[in-house]
Amino acid sequence: MSEQALSPSPARVALLVTCLIDLFRPSVGFAAVKLLEQAGCTVDVPRAQTCCGQPAYNSGDRADAKVIARQVIAAFSGYDYVVAPSGSCAGMVKIHYPELFADEPATLAQAQELASRTHELVSFLVDVRGMDKVAAHWPRSVTYHDACSGLRELGIKDQPRRLLASVDGLTLTELPGAEVCCGFGGTFCIKYPEISDKMVTDKAADIAATGAEAVLAGDLGCLLNIAGKLSRRGDPVEVRHVAEVLADMADEIPAIGRPAA
Amino acid sequence: MEPTSHSFPANARAGLADPVLQTALGLARTGFPLRRAQAIARLPEFEELREEGRAIKDHTLANLDFYLELYERNVAAAGGRVHWARTAEEACAAILEICRAAHAKIVTKGKSMVAEEIALNEHLEANGITPVETDLGEYIIQLRREPPSHIIAPAIHLMKEQVADAFREAHTELDPARPLIDPRALCDEARTVLRPRFLAADVGITGANFLVAETGSSIIVTNEGNGDLTQTLPRVHIVITGIEKIVPTLEDSATLLRLLARSATGQEFSSYTTISTGPRRPGDLDGPEEYHVVLLDNGRSALLGGEFQDMLRCLRCAACLNHCPVYTAVGGHAYGWVYPGPMGAVLTPALVGVHEAGHLPNASTFCGRCESVCPVKIPLPKMMRHWREREFAQRLSPPVYRSGLRLWAAVAQHPALYHALAGIGSRVLGWAGLYRGRFRSLPLAAGWTSVRDMPAPQGRSFQSLWAEQQRRRGRVAPRARS
Repeated sequence: MSEQALSPSPARVALLVTCLIDLFRPSVGFAAVKLLEQAGCTVDVPRAQTCCGQPAYNSGDRADAKVIARQVIAAFSGYDYVVAPSGSCAGMVKIHYPELFADEPATLAQAQELASRTHELVSFLVDVRGMDKVAAHWPRSVTYHDACSGLRELGIKDQPRRLLASVDGLTLTELPGAEVCCGFGGTFCIKYPEISDKMVTDKAADIAATGAEAVLAGDLGCLLNIAGKLSRRGDPVEVRHVAEVLADMADEIPAIGRPAA
Repeated sequence: MEPTSHSFPANARAGLADPVLQTALGLARTGFPLRRAQAIARLPEFEELREEGRAIKDHTLANLDFYLELYERNVAAAGGRVHWARTAEEACAAILEICRAAHAKIVTKGKSMVAEEIALNEHLEANGITPVETDLGEYIIQLRREPPSHIIAPAIHLMKEQVADAFREAHTELDPARPLIDPRALCDEARTVLRPRFLAADVGITGANFLVAETGSSIIVTNEGNGDLTQTLPRVHIVITGIEKIVPTLEDSATLLRLLARSATGQEFSSYTTISTGPRRPGDLDGPEEYHVVLLDNGRSALLGGEFQDMLRCLRCAACLNHCPVYTAVGGHAYGWVYPGPMGAVLTPALVGVHEAGHLPNASTFCGRCESVCPVKIPLPKMMRHWREREFAQRLSPPVYRSGLRLWAAVAQHPALYHALAGIGSRVLGWAGLYRGRFRSLPLAAGWTSVRDMPAPQGRSFQSLWAEQQRRRGRVAPRARS
């Protein structure tokens, strides 16, 4: 199948890398680029991006959140689409930027325009680009955690499962409590470590109980939290961003929190 | 009751370390959400019903003055009387006055969180009147002299063993050797002890789930029938509730009742739904001789027209508590006042002050599950964020945290500087974590590493790798403005 047949038309996509992927796990960014190219997109990475502003926004620092949001609006203008390999950051742009500028009509229009072009990676591939399978091989039993923002703000639930079903050799076992928060919550996890610990301990136990060899999700914040807890418990479950598996890159890169082979 | 919300972190640690509480919450965590999900699966129009419920409440709040006055007129027309209370003190004083006029010695009470809010029991006791809680959960916590930990299941933090202990201690007139092992025996004992008090009570006090403007009626729902005995047997019935419980018509209350039971307990309807309109009329077989409604403001009207108005839609179903991963981890007492969980995290700062309750809206991951199950679609995370904004503006958040945030924000506003620092950071941390792939401890990150490892970065930032790749491919990356 040609890329033209797979996707409605070529598209210029700007990758919203996200600050956590930039700093901790660039391989997720490259997996996203590969998948977007497979979906017939040309990918740019605007250099003027840093972070979506969520840490400021959720800490009540609206003024700084607005400054950073304006920077994002400017950096990502002119592209057909803006795609983030994170439901949380995509949700920030798509849902919360318009709320942030609700009282500033000029910027609000720009924020809404950006919101209409912004998508989370996997939902973009499936819902916008019509992707229904990937060319990937990963013979593992996996389970999937539905990260909260992607699930409840953007309605991402079936899309990753649909693409994972096409990964050669992969079997998916549903995670009991897949829709329950892992306890990351941005600054929450360091402000209330004991509560966060209780939540991620329950999550790790649920993951271990599935017997899966790997747990996947679409948000790096949750994945760092879950990987950190599983490794502290000495659990051997591999933790990965779903994009690495879909892009057929999982064999090349150590899992989150694992040393290079 | 005196709030201890300012001690939320310590309260939460106590809750996390309490094995009885953790066992009890473990049951609640799965039971309530499962029953709600099953009830909703049987009602395909549930989502439309939520929208309808929200519209009813929004319309009422937009015309609250009109409906409250209409309600008052209709209560009077049915022979009852409305007492307006701006504060907890005024509400307590109004209730005490009615009780004194009735020469009341014993007062039975149905479950009412508003009564908890105004600390009614303490006030009655201090004035020589004995309040008797008749809801089983409320009765248990009254014996234990502790506040409720859940708005519809006040004793949810206890297992049956603690209940048996409380009963043995309180019911000294019964055989000390009696077995109190199964829940049935506990229920039967409570029923035996409470029955004579229902009959002896001079005044019965209930809350209200809804007040109906067009008829002047109050509606309560219970599963134990205790509310009916409380409001029909004594000579005087007092309803104590908040001004936001009003709805325009009986039809509206029916819509909201369909949402309430499913959201609260997963029932299609509560076992008892009782509508009271005025005192006993000539020819009625039962009912009180006097019917009073004490309508409490206590900070509610101040929320009208502001960013917290949506909170006044709340039906007090507790679905947000039952689905909250923080509430079900720490339990209701951690929140330090009457209203716990997400609805409490929004309401408590409004009613007792953000200085006292500032932790509550911060103790959320914004997972959004509360909003997704709320029968009237209250945007709870958004309103918690509004409280955080007020705290930030009033400089109530910890200085270390504020300056860290400001520093980060300053750097994030200069992409070139940001990328340089991210490049260095990922290299240093990546190199340091190369061997193990993770850190067991890190300077300045104890909040993270005290409970979990910190996965090491891969060693290069995405932006530096991407720029390098673009140069190799002969493309020039657009320069960042800084």
